[in-house]
Amino acid sequence: MTDTPKFTSMKVQDPRTKKRNAAEKRFRAYGIAAIAIGGLFLAALTFTILKSGLPAFTQYVMKLEVTLSQEQFDDAESQLLKTAVYRDIFIDNFSDQLEANGIDVNYDADALERLLGKVGGDIRAHYRENLSDIGQPTVFQLQLSSRVEGYFRGRVTRDTLVDSRFLEKTDLDIVDVLRDAGLMTGRFNWAFLTGTDSGVDNPGGAGIGASVIGSFFMMLVVLFLSLPIGVAASIYLEEFAPKNRFTDLVEVNISNLAAVPSIVFGILGLSVFIQFMHLPQSAPLVGGLVLTLMTLPTIIISTRASLKSVPPSIRDAALGIGASKMQSVFHHVLPLSMPGILTGTIIGLAQALGETAPLLLIGMVGFVAREYPDGVVSGFMDPNSAMPAQIYTWAARADVGFYEKAWGGIIVLLVFLLLMNAIAIFLRKKFERRW
Amino acid sequence: MLTIGLVLALCAIGYMMGTRRALSSASGDQRLLHSLKGYYGQNVALSILVPSATLLVVWLIAQPLLINQSVASLFSDQDLAEGASSSLIIQDMRRVANGLDVVVDQGLVSDDAIASLDAESTNVRELLADVGVAVGSDVTQQTLDGAKRYRSLSKTGNFWRGIAVLALALAGFVFAMQRTDKNFRARNVVERGVLILLFGAATVAVLTTVGIVLSLIFNTINFFDAFPAADFFFGTRWEPSFSGRGGASDLGFLPLIWGTMYISIISLIVAVPLGLFSAIYLSEYASDRVRAVAKPMLEILAGIPTIVYGLFALLTVGPLLVSAFGNGGFFGVNWMSGGTAAITAGSVMGIMLIPFVSSLSDDIINAVPQAMRDGSYGLGATQSETIRQVILPAALPGIVGAILLAASRAIGETMIVVLGAGAAASLSLNPFEAMTTVTAKIVSQLTGDGEFNSPETMVAFALGMTLFIITLCLNVFALYIVRKYREQYD
Repeated sequence: MTDTPKFTSMKVQDPRTKKRNAAEKRFRAYGIAAIAIGGLFLAALTFTILKSGLPAFTQYVMKLEVTLSQEQFDDAESQLLKTAVYRDIFIDNFSDQLEANGIDVNYDADALERLLGKVGGDIRAHYRENLSDIGQPTVFQLQLSSRVEGYFRGRVTRDTLVDSRFLEKTDLDIVDVLRDAGLMTGRFNWAFLTGTDSGVDNPGGAGIGASVIGSFFMMLVVLFLSLPIGVAASIYLEEFAPKNRFTDLVEVNISNLAAVPSIVFGILGLSVFIQFMHLPQSAPLVGGLVLTLMTLPTIIISTRASLKSVPPSIRDAALGIGASKMQSVFHHVLPLSMPGILTGTIIGLAQALGETAPLLLIGMVGFVAREYPDGVVSGFMDPNSAMPAQIYTWAARADVGFYEKAWGGIIVLLVFLLLMNAIAIFLRKKFERRW
Repeated sequence: MLTIGLVLALCAIGYMMGTRRALSSASGDQRLLHSLKGYYGQNVALSILVPSATLLVVWLIAQPLLINQSVASLFSDQDLAEGASSSLIIQDMRRVANGLDVVVDQGLVSDDAIASLDAESTNVRELLADVGVAVGSDVTQQTLDGAKRYRSLSKTGNFWRGIAVLALALAGFVFAMQRTDKNFRARNVVERGVLILLFGAATVAVLTTVGIVLSLIFNTINFFDAFPAADFFFGTRWEPSFSGRGGASDLGFLPLIWGTMYISIISLIVAVPLGLFSAIYLSEYASDRVRAVAKPMLEILAGIPTIVYGLFALLTVGPLLVSAFGNGGFFGVNWMSGGTAAITAGSVMGIMLIPFVSSLSDDIINAVPQAMRDGSYGLGATQSETIRQVILPAALPGIVGAILLAASRAIGETMIVVLGAGAAASLSLNPFEAMTTVTAKIVSQLTGDGEFNSPETMVAFALGMTLFIITLCLNVFALYIVRKYREQYD
């Protein structure tokens, strides 16, 4: 060795050792940094989702007590322009209330329409459905227009606002006064969770409810097709398949299908289920079928792993007391591997629930899910949206108000995913058995 | 629905009667039966269910195809020449037929009156609009005739389907009941049947692949009939004309594959170092406590749906990058004009790929035998020297496999690029420019309102085919490497 150290001391580090130890430290720091970046990103993602998504769950309303007498109601219903009469009644009540609160602000009917939309129609609809409220003081919670909501959330400010027929700067004075008086407040937005999608110009009214139902029906299809088929295929491959060409072919196929890009499954769904079999477009049934084909490899792989983990002694014992091969599998091996199979299935379902790309191709995007399906058959066959497809639809719309809805939709989606994964982890912890 | 209910009911009855008949043939003494009594019942139920369910499925697929053919023969070639394509006309007819069903359901027009409808005296379009079925254009007599024929054919079809399925179920019932006897080897027969069903389930995976390949091949061939293959593979411009008629489209493949590769490489530049260092740290340095926290944390990244990453790229990372590299931004360089760019999609995708690289590499590094480490330590190497000079070279093939798998993910990733990368196809070197990928264009060409048979739409299948082949090759190659490497140390 030419570069033998010139002196050796146990107490003093020579420069070369120092260098090597420093390199060691650096290397370790790189590892920590890499993990930290991953964690940091996860934190940033969580923060962004919560920050941008939570506003979707509040809604800003104006509370106003309105009293409508029977005569006023009859009179209004006999007029030609009914909603205009209701609007005037509303304005009377509004100004009374302002006086009672000692508020002094300039407003006109147009300004109120910019803030609240067409209130006359809302009020008329309420009284026509609830005739008993006539004559009683009734508290209305009228939703503010999306731009005023933007003002409350800081998306619209006085500096950035350009006067238009949607909102003028003077309107914001009214808003400020009413907010200080507690007449305009935020409340939990149930309509977002239960509502259906709205048109492209009304981000305030859009809800995710209908697409949750669409996703639910899709998951039903996936569960009832992929679980039996996946388990049956795994049992065949793991327990019965002879070693031959065909078995090899199936094995190769499954491992490749697991890695085929999801969009290719979308193409398959489009050309086989829609073009060839003429199933209806955008139907949860078709979405479910495509996602079934996508999740099958996942379920087969995890089922086979849990079948494999059942020790051969169980099989041998069953065979030893005279069970047939089929009986040993169905009576002993399968029940013992059930927790593992269920865990794998739930994780596969969670994956399918968040998958978007194949749904784009079978027409679930762009479809405006305005209605709930009216039954089980219609739930499967009628066009609907699904959660990820709905989020994409909102993200692709021009109005910024929809972005907030998209983030809110992501929160809902992630809550479902977390729930499913939590169930899977619980099942695994509770029933896992080490042999 | 009724048919399915009846068949299931027959199954239940068959199960009970089969069990009873077997018992009575042995005059109530179970020991005289060849198999356990339940097997006789299962035999009957399976003989009812399997043939009739198979027939039902086949019929459900075949009927629309046959009806379409029969209805299409109503139109002469001449009509087809003026009115675009036959599939469009048939689609129209199906919509009208479905609309008529709704009309009858709501009781607006009786079933008999439909037969005497004619397009001149009644405005069918308005009639359908009344019940909420929108038809694109006025309904011609021909379409109406086709729709009527379609309705009557599917009606008779549905009727005979029910009859045939029930008849087959009954036949299965009678056949199985006749065979039921105390000496009948019911268990062997049932197990044979179940084995065939299991085998059938295993073939679904093969059928899926066949379905993918066939649907891609046929549509790709159709596309190359309408569009020259050389222009597709070697064209450098991607400018589809939107209407589908008039003005030739440039459908060059090169800008798309360029964008795909560029974005994938950016994502790998992010993912490989981060993933590899995480894997090294987790497998070589981390204590069990750190591992228990950090490993699931990285795996969460793999479980987040890609639409979330897409939205994050579009709404958060994009604007952030613009504020750093854009006009009047933090660095004052004005390189970036819009939030959607190759680097936006690439960096977010890189983060998504970290767990793919790290968990596979982790497994592979763990598979390197401890003896190799011990030998290196014994020679006086530090831990990092051991990792760099012994473990990594030993694990290299496996790590390359992991990176290839991540690359195939990156190439096939759709949502992040659809939302984050922009729509303009360009052959540019600038990562701050908008680029587009194969997957993003598949989505935009198939979700547009173009006609289905135009080359602008069909090109998506050719793109899908190339995507499928590229990812398939990468996967097969990567799996081959990983498997070969595993065998080395097993």
